[in-house]
Amino acid sequence: MQVPTMAEFLAKGETPEVLFWVGCAGSFDQRAQKITKAFVTILEKVGIKYGILGKEEMCTGDPARRAGNEFMFQMMAYQNIQILNGYNIKKIVTACPHCFNIFKNEYPVLGGNYEVIHHATFLQQLIDSGKINMKDGGAFKGKKITYHDSCYLGRANDIYEAPRKVLEAMDVALVEMKRCKSNGLCCGAGGAQMFKEEEKGDLRINIERSNEALATGASIIAAACPFCNTMLTDGVKNNEKEDEVQVLDIAELVASCLS
Amino acid sequence: MQYIQQVAFLLLATYAIWLFSKNILQIKKNIFLGKPEDLSDSPNLRWKNVILLALGQKKMFRNKTVAIMHLIIYAGFIIINVEVLEIILDGILGTHRLFFEPLGNLYSFLINFFEILAVGVIAVCIIFLYRRNIMKLKRFMSKDLNGWPKSDANYILVVEIILMSLFLTMNAADSAIQLLGSEHYHATGSFIFSGFLVPLFDSLSVSQLVFIERTCWWMHIIGILAFLNYLPYSKHLHIILAFPNAYYSRLKPMGEVKNMANVQNEVKYMMEPELAPTGDAQPTIFGARDVMDLSWKNLLDAYSCTECGRCSDACPANQTGKLLSPRKIMMDTRDRLEEVGLNIKQNGAFKDDGKKLLNDYITVEELRACTTCNACVQECPVSINPLDIIMELRRSLIMEDSNAPQEWNGMFGNIENNFAPWKLSPDDRDAWTKEI
Repeated sequence: MQVPTMAEFLAKGETPEVLFWVGCAGSFDQRAQKITKAFVTILEKVGIKYGILGKEEMCTGDPARRAGNEFMFQMMAYQNIQILNGYNIKKIVTACPHCFNIFKNEYPVLGGNYEVIHHATFLQQLIDSGKINMKDGGAFKGKKITYHDSCYLGRANDIYEAPRKVLEAMDVALVEMKRCKSNGLCCGAGGAQMFKEEEKGDLRINIERSNEALATGASIIAAACPFCNTMLTDGVKNNEKEDEVQVLDIAELVASCLS
Repeated sequence: MQYIQQVAFLLLATYAIWLFSKNILQIKKNIFLGKPEDLSDSPNLRWKNVILLALGQKKMFRNKTVAIMHLIIYAGFIIINVEVLEIILDGILGTHRLFFEPLGNLYSFLINFFEILAVGVIAVCIIFLYRRNIMKLKRFMSKDLNGWPKSDANYILVVEIILMSLFLTMNAADSAIQLLGSEHYHATGSFIFSGFLVPLFDSLSVSQLVFIERTCWWMHIIGILAFLNYLPYSKHLHIILAFPNAYYSRLKPMGEVKNMANVQNEVKYMMEPELAPTGDAQPTIFGARDVMDLSWKNLLDAYSCTECGRCSDACPANQTGKLLSPRKIMMDTRDRLEEVGLNIKQNGAFKDDGKKLLNDYITVEELRACTTCNACVQECPVSINPLDIIMELRRSLIMEDSNAPQEWNGMFGNIENNFAPWKLSPDDRDAWTKEI
């Protein structure tokens, strides 16, 4: 499969419907690459004309900004906006809630105005419009699945229903954790914590959250963020439950229903 | 005798209100030590927030049982103020139960309703004292509250119980006097709850009863005026500041971090030097080291905090034993602001006291533990944003002090050189495309 880049579209004088912003995790992290591939598989299957920036994509600056390094953030934002505006990008879809948040809420004031959509909402729209149908033969039908709310999708941007609707479309038995939706507990990765050792405490945040997810008895923990995915996977491993419980992105769940 | 009481009341009430206004103006002054921030947009939406969040206590209802109990105290507080109005007018005019004659039957209905509320308030205050001191709920046992804050909370509850008890005893003594007959005391009949207390006064003479009734009346109103003046020193100030704080609450999505226009411009001039203004650049500081570097809204937040701890209870760092407690961030900000305000008052202008909010009150370890998850912001019933303060202090740490953990410095370097937070070649960014 050939993943088209924006440069190739430009060379052909064409514009894709949407830019798929892969994000650093989706590009480099081996676990998150699987999510990226699953999402691309869906895009291809549904026949959406999409492009990626490829080597031209850069970190949005999210971890730098939240760590307090505004200079670094502004540098990255400046460069990204130059590239995005250069390609005259109108619509962006991304599988990373951190990239989504920063494009939606923080780039506009810097001159980067795009229609931004997180893949949870994007998938929900594809399901609603009948372009994805998983009702029959859904591999996860009746399976006990719990969904972990990413802070940057949920509280930060009020997206609680879209990922759940995607799961409902697979006819899964959705079980909620005690702390869910606006009460959801962070996985521990946000605010640049992903890139440093946790501060001293009694317990790691991802262990606390994974324990809560495991307590639901679900065999799959669904996530919609590559960082949450990493944190929860580590937590499940810490409990030595990796053989019984999988942590999967909603795009992976959808993709395996389609294949 | 009557005139002496009227004059005494008038003097007392005037002094209490003057003192209260003076302290409130000092607080206002302290709040405006903060940096300007324009929050005058969308008045309709802001009024809606006042009605929903402050008046309607919408967020309290995230926990229904507590919300209902809190609502009883709150309704008691607001509605019984109608009775306080009568008390004040009686005090000034030397009348007794001024509203009795004009209101007729409605008067008894109202007083009965106030008594029901008063009993409700007493009951809830007892439950709240029990929750704080005997049940030992986690958020009330935190070390954030050691010392004054713990006493403050108990004082408020005890004073409310005393005020309500005085109100009921006053009504009971009044009814007892009416049974014995006295010209000055209107025949209101006995009231729904205080009626039960009337038999206690069976053996007392009219003059003894009048003494009890007057004592309760005076102690009740003195108590209220004293309590009013206690507010500026207490977490209880939230009963007033919850309203402006709801009005000025953030209307943007929680995920949006405040932009730093000065840094944005510096980067722009670096990239496009032709745009840079000529002449010397104004020296600016990045982020906040002390309360004066924060926005006035951050400071209003600090004074609005009632130290309930819902924020820290929801904070992933706090719940896993890290040093960070969003409640403490707010309490520290208020404490430091009070200190700075006093410093300015004493010295005319701020005199360096060798202290800062950052490091002396809020430590690096606390700031480093934040995941920016917004759970604290989500939970706060009075629209406080602790994360905003955490972010400003973090900015100062990184940009003013170059104080970052080694791993973060590595991450910054990677973003700068490899355009990703990890030490991986930008050439491999699309390597995954070759694997499908």
